[in-house]
Amino acid sequence: MTRRVVITGIGVRAPGSSGTKEFWDVLTTGRTATRRITFFDASPFRSRIAGEIDFDAAAEGFTPRETRRMDRATQFAVACTRDALADSGLDFGTLDPHRVGVALGSAVAAATSLENEYLVMSDAGREWLVDPAHLSPYMFDYLSPGVMPAEIAREVGAEGPVTLVSDGCTSGLDAVGYGVQLIREGSADTVLAGAADTPVSPIVVACFDAIKATTPRNDEPETASRPFDGTRNGFVLAEGAAMFVLEELEAARARGAYIYAEIGGYATRSNAYHMTGLKKDGREMAEAIRAALDEARLDRTTIDYVNAHGSGTKQNDRHETAAFKRSLGEHARAVPVSSIKSMVGHSLGAIGSIEIAASALAIRHNVVPPTANLRVPDPECDLDYVPLTAREQRVDTVLTVGSGFGGFQSAMVLHDPEVTSV
Amino acid sequence: MTLDDLRGTLIACAGEEDSVELSGDILDMTFEELGYDSLALMESAAKIERDHGVSLPDEAVAEADTPRALLALVNGLTATAA
Amino acid sequence: MSSPRAVITGLGVLAPNGLGAEEYWKALLAGESGIAELSRFDTSGYPARLAGEIRDFDGAEHLPSRLMPQTDISTRYALVAADWALADAGIDAGAGIDDYDMGVITSTSQGGFDFTHREFHKLWSQGPEYVSVYESFAWFYAVNTGQISIRNGMRGPSAALVGEQAGGLDAIGHARRTVRRGTRVVLSGGVDSAFDPWGWSAQLAGGRVSTADDPERAYLPFDGAACGHVPGEGGAMLVVEDAESARERGAPRMYGEIAGYAATFDPAPGTGRPPGLRRAAELALADAQLTPSSIGAVFADAAGLPAFDAAEAQALREIFGPYGVPVTAPKALTGRMYAGGGPADIAAALFALRDRVVPATAHTTSVPDSYGLDLVLGEPRPVRADAVLVLARGRHGFNAAVVLTTV
Repeated sequence: MTRRVVITGIGVRAPGSSGTKEFWDVLTTGRTATRRITFFDASPFRSRIAGEIDFDAAAEGFTPRETRRMDRATQFAVACTRDALADSGLDFGTLDPHRVGVALGSAVAAATSLENEYLVMSDAGREWLVDPAHLSPYMFDYLSPGVMPAEIAREVGAEGPVTLVSDGCTSGLDAVGYGVQLIREGSADTVLAGAADTPVSPIVVACFDAIKATTPRNDEPETASRPFDGTRNGFVLAEGAAMFVLEELEAARARGAYIYAEIGGYATRSNAYHMTGLKKDGREMAEAIRAALDEARLDRTTIDYVNAHGSGTKQNDRHETAAFKRSLGEHARAVPVSSIKSMVGHSLGAIGSIEIAASALAIRHNVVPPTANLRVPDPECDLDYVPLTAREQRVDTVLTVGSGFGGFQSAMVLHDPEVTSV
Repeated sequence: MTLDDLRGTLIACAGEEDSVELSGDILDMTFEELGYDSLALMESAAKIERDHGVSLPDEAVAEADTPRALLALVNGLTATAA
Repeated sequence: MSSPRAVITGLGVLAPNGLGAEEYWKALLAGESGIAELSRFDTSGYPARLAGEIRDFDGAEHLPSRLMPQTDISTRYALVAADWALADAGIDAGAGIDDYDMGVITSTSQGGFDFTHREFHKLWSQGPEYVSVYESFAWFYAVNTGQISIRNGMRGPSAALVGEQAGGLDAIGHARRTVRRGTRVVLSGGVDSAFDPWGWSAQLAGGRVSTADDPERAYLPFDGAACGHVPGEGGAMLVVEDAESARERGAPRMYGEIAGYAATFDPAPGTGRPPGLRRAAELALADAQLTPSSIGAVFADAAGLPAFDAAEAQALREIFGPYGVPVTAPKALTGRMYAGGGPADIAAALFALRDRVVPATAHTTSVPDSYGLDLVLGEPRPVRADAVLVLARGRHGFNAAVVLTTV
């Protein structure tokens, strides 16, 4: 008898909002939260737009010591964890800590803190050799970010399996997929899973400038993220986090928990093609979608909404459209597909989890969030991308996908637990 | 910029494909045939920009698909700049 | 239907005391140390100067020229170790394994740090236009998984895990899980390297690095005079394979089976609850359906700091009884290779099963009686064992345990 895994608590920090409810408001009103970079002087950079979060650690309840100890990404993850716990109504004090696990995703982990430390220890780039006396005692944790999931474990008292999944831009999907596997196989009964990334820092902006992956549409920050639009020319970098309480279905039912969705299927494949490039045919993403549906034992025609990766780069949106056609067949033309990156930008490893949150909320509210800024059709992207306006409709089953550097292609199927297998 | 300069830049930025004779007559071979992908060309273009003080438009670099075309682009711009 | 058994059919090791799995094993048995003064930069201003550094390795001799400008030294280690492991397992394009049936699951705890230090330097000393296009992936923790999958056409389920020193065993555990879920082959393991000035300083900032200057007295696991560890670099990649698949394709050898795996996390300090290492070991034994008496040797985490050594010794006493099992720490000869340490220990443990001998813990001479530990000292010790236990801990509370058995 396979153990089934459900989401019973959600916490989100995304640009333009300070919690789950506000996040959903942003998505359903089609507001965009991308803006000119304010965190540092971005004038020397090619792309000067980002999805930034006005995060006030003190107002979020972090003590000065916590604020000093935790990297910004860790603070996001912990804030989301606290929200997810409260949302779940689960009293972690009553759980056996040995049966609680953590699976946190992050692509660039402590990048922001690394850069701050770099500036101190190198005297703003003047020195190559380093005087260790100038380093923060936390520098080791920025180098080796196992501390991130460790902080979540401490927060909830988890003593089961704890890990950081760092699969680049699919980390947020893969960490949740990892958590699902821990519960299914019986290594844990409850898992805090999700992801956080805070990459809006000069080094990361410079990385994506160099490969021209981010948009240089600096004069139109609010409408710069244009997934599936004919004028798209790159993604908008962002920060964010989302965490979930994952539970075994029967345990969740027994305590009368509100169940957002069951995670029925998850799969990941690699394109083994290029560290940053994508083939046009979408073959490997299509295979991941097929495998995830297979695991969920659902027919592709049951999918009510596809939450796309939709980064807004030329190659991604074309690749992904091909993958949907390849895996969903005729249904690809019937099902609504949208990208929330149009509104909250691309927070690298975090976005996969933020998109899982959007998918679960779509099921809860029976609303499909739109693709903002989609005004000019692209002949190569010819599906129903829900332009500009959210759509009220029945949503029982959602497919969400991710694609990342290193060739990772991941897919997850979420559904109302009452939806029965084919 | 000479072909030899370009060879040096390509090797420094992206190495060389084992099966390709880079020292041979490569002027009209495509970069793809020479084993260079878009990343290799972006890295090389960035170095050319720094070394030669020119600004290479993204689209022009993408369209210059042979060493001859890329050299013409760079040398055209340096001539204009001078 | 029982789930597939995961066996190890290929090994690739790059360690400070040996390049190649067999070379590493020979060095362990001979007590050859890879610990010496770090030569990558001028360490004269630093409080710690000893490292387990890989010398005489030139990535360009093993890898295509095209890969060199885009890879950190750690990724070169990972790619070459992967090549060696696949060759050892007899897996190549002609092995007839579907691309979706081959995954890659690696661990690193430091990413491509030497590479990224150079790019930070370029950004801040020269400007954004000097930052390499390769920085976008040469740095991040997923790079080794991605590069290995591309080089070898492996399109199956893949991942990258971080858990400091324990992450390497978690990668192997996840590889076993992935084989059990139906993927035939998963190339798995871990490497690390951060021997640039910044990476080195960051390791020192962690506060657990030995500042002793005698290479034979700097890292002394379980010794009463233990004073920290020596950072190492390198690691191992292993071919984890469905036993049926290995038989079907006539794999040249099966080193052993991953019979048990478990991961736990320590309780928060101040709770009064015991650390999780013992529980990880016991869960891994239960997973393998073995009792402690069937374990012929333990490859310890061996932190090299008295409090941690005492805690590990206590866990082993509680499981096996005082002096109840031979314990060893090959890391004393390599330094701690972070994510590479666990997988390298697994390689050594598999050779121990094959050759029925356990290498000695080098440099340590005097183990406190209170530890109740049968630490293998001086000479390698012959053992008759069909099962061994490998342990690893990671900073902040990670524990992982793997039980290996003969096939």
